[in-house]
Amino acid sequence: MKSQYREIAKQTLWTDNPVIRQILGICSALAVTNLVSNTLVMGIGVSLVTAFSSLTVSALRKIMPNRVRMMVQTLIIAFYVILVDIILRAFFPDMSRALGPYVGLIITNCIIMGRCEAFAQTNKPLISFYDGFMSGLGYTLVLATIAIVRELMGFGTILGIQILGEWWTPWTVMVMAPSAFFVLAIIIWVANSITDKKLHAAGKPVNKGVQASGN
Amino acid sequence: MEISPFVIFFASIFTSNILLTNFLGMYSYLSISRDLKSSLGLGQAVIFVMTVTSVLNYLVYQYILVPYNLDYLRFIVFIIVIAAFVQLVEMVLERFMPNLYYTLGIFLPLITVNCAILGVALFLVIREYNLLQSLAYGAGGGIGWTLAILALAGIRQKVDETKVPKGLQGAGFAMIVTGIIALAFIGFSGILSIQ
Repeated sequence: MKSQYREIAKQTLWTDNPVIRQILGICSALAVTNLVSNTLVMGIGVSLVTAFSSLTVSALRKIMPNRVRMMVQTLIIAFYVILVDIILRAFFPDMSRALGPYVGLIITNCIIMGRCEAFAQTNKPLISFYDGFMSGLGYTLVLATIAIVRELMGFGTILGIQILGEWWTPWTVMVMAPSAFFVLAIIIWVANSITDKKLHAAGKPVNKGVQASGN
Repeated sequence: MEISPFVIFFASIFTSNILLTNFLGMYSYLSISRDLKSSLGLGQAVIFVMTVTSVLNYLVYQYILVPYNLDYLRFIVFIIVIAAFVQLVEMVLERFMPNLYYTLGIFLPLITVNCAILGVALFLVIREYNLLQSLAYGAGGGIGWTLAILALAGIRQKVDETKVPKGLQGAGFAMIVTGIIALAFIGFSGILSIQ
């Protein structure tokens, strides 16, 4: 039982990380990463929505007719997203304005639907909740990494606290959209290289993928 | 301040491209862009659906949600409007235009989950556009998205024959190319702005 929980944590945070391995949920991943604080709020929101949607879907899994499954899942997810939006607007109005439409776009975040379909549909509620939450955490981890790089190089700060001194010339490009693509690409590259190296060390064949083989 | 619909139309294609500056619709963008022809098919479907649903969502929001104080339900309602419209288009196409259905049909289900469509609807509400502005923003957003996916598909077809570092193959490489395209589009940013 315990090993199952540990296995899920390992998969969602590293070996099957939703963002860098499965390339899911990157729409919002890129848009909110200009500041670390935005990213953390978004990450908490996504984690909670994924966890509770998985819990609900799993609890309903025996009575839900298969044909309307997708529609019901969408409605469940939308319900939790609305809760998150209302809470944000009531208690953190500035944050709500900064995130703009991206809170609503959690609905179309493929990670949540993916976990509902792939895990919650066939597992017990408690472990589905855990799986959903850890997937959200895996997403937050990658986002936070991107955000730290972008905020540090773009403004010289982290969470609004000055880290780099006067000598640092902020990189304007890090504040703008293209940098998000570059930083994420580099993170994917590093992550893939580490796994490749591990496979090499273990003597297993490296996944060739779609490598183009020039004649 | 009223922004002219023409300005919105061109700005949403070039300077505030929905994909390159708002990162919306990334998923289908990355998975379909391996092939130029299907990119064009998906692009056409996105332009059509985005234009119509932005107007539909505007009408639903202004004439149903606002008068009855149901503003907080807009996420659910927008998603349902989009899903219902896509379903309807699929049925009409299948019945009356089978040829078009075979070229566009497979892309339609992908569109319901394309976050660019929902994103456009949410931006309309936040920026308080009127009907004409919404139409311009929907159409421009769709064309801008198509432009971006065509650019990436074209580049990817050429790159398929070259050697890319191992860890960077697939998504990583597409990301870097997109970043460069986005940088190029920043060159337009002095022309107009809607922010």
